[in-house]
Amino acid sequence: MQQKEFVALVMPFKDKLYRMAKRLLVSREEAEDATQEILLKLWAKNESMEQYKSVEAFAMTMTKNFCLDRLKSKQAGNLKLVHSNYKDESVSVQRQLETEDSVSWVEKIMEELPEQQKMVLQLRDVEDYDYDEIAQMLDMKPTAVRVTLSRARKSVREKLQQKHSYGIG
Amino acid sequence: MELDKTIEKLLEKYFEAATTVAEEKELRDYFAKEQVAAHLEQYRPMFNYFSMAKKEQFTKQVPLNTGKKINYGWISIAAAVVLAFGIYFGPDQYQAYQERKEAEFAYQETKKALNLLAENFGKGREHVAQLNEFAVAKSKVFNQN
Repeated sequence: MQQKEFVALVMPFKDKLYRMAKRLLVSREEAEDATQEILLKLWAKNESMEQYKSVEAFAMTMTKNFCLDRLKSKQAGNLKLVHSNYKDESVSVQRQLETEDSVSWVEKIMEELPEQQKMVLQLRDVEDYDYDEIAQMLDMKPTAVRVTLSRARKSVREKLQQKHSYGIG
Repeated sequence: MELDKTIEKLLEKYFEAATTVAEEKELRDYFAKEQVAAHLEQYRPMFNYFSMAKKEQFTKQVPLNTGKKINYGWISIAAAVVLAFGIYFGPDQYQAYQERKEAEFAYQETKKALNLLAENFGKGREHVAQLNEFAVAKSKVFNQN
């Protein structure tokens, strides 16, 4: 496959990969690096790419695995720095400032969700994939996808209501 | 009001993860509007956020190396062949080189010896020339008589 074809193939979903990476890794730089890495990996695989039914789904699975690995190794590396007394005041101030904008509350809330719920919510409500696609990407059963999605949506609603009641009132 | 009822129903389905992609789009479109029923206002940030999150883009350039991939397999075969040639022909070449060097040395030595000989031979000839002179003088004396 030539570079041009590859770019044309990857173009439609590269933003989706990036958004997924950002959802999981939070930091913009890290998400960009991860996306770049994924695209390079895909490019390196480009000869065997025809065998995949959906390159997009395959790339999304790669992104998911890559980011989860990254998170795992980061957690392992950061463990020493975590201290129970360490509650950063500036973070909560900054958080308050940010959450003034109620739309960005949702972003914060999504950050707090378990990874599985985060991913399902991202793939469904942001990227509009159907349940079978999500099931394939995340290696889950479609019914499990529905359950997780419902849980994630309700969780966002609940937390949003909480924030509402003492954020404004 | 009619619309609010529909939206309420959709929301109910939405939280049970029973809506279709199209229905979810309908929800997002509804909450994107300026006017939202007061009791539904609480859901607005959620759907507005999803609409917003769709727009984020990956802008970084990815350096895909277009250069032909180097085939290390063939390079290693070529290296092995060169090495084999080296091992096979190397000693012969080295020997030939050594022989050449020895021959050169012998040639230089011989030349030196011959030069020395020629030098001394030249000296000898000078003396013989003097002797010749003597013979000429002698013949003159004898012939006059």
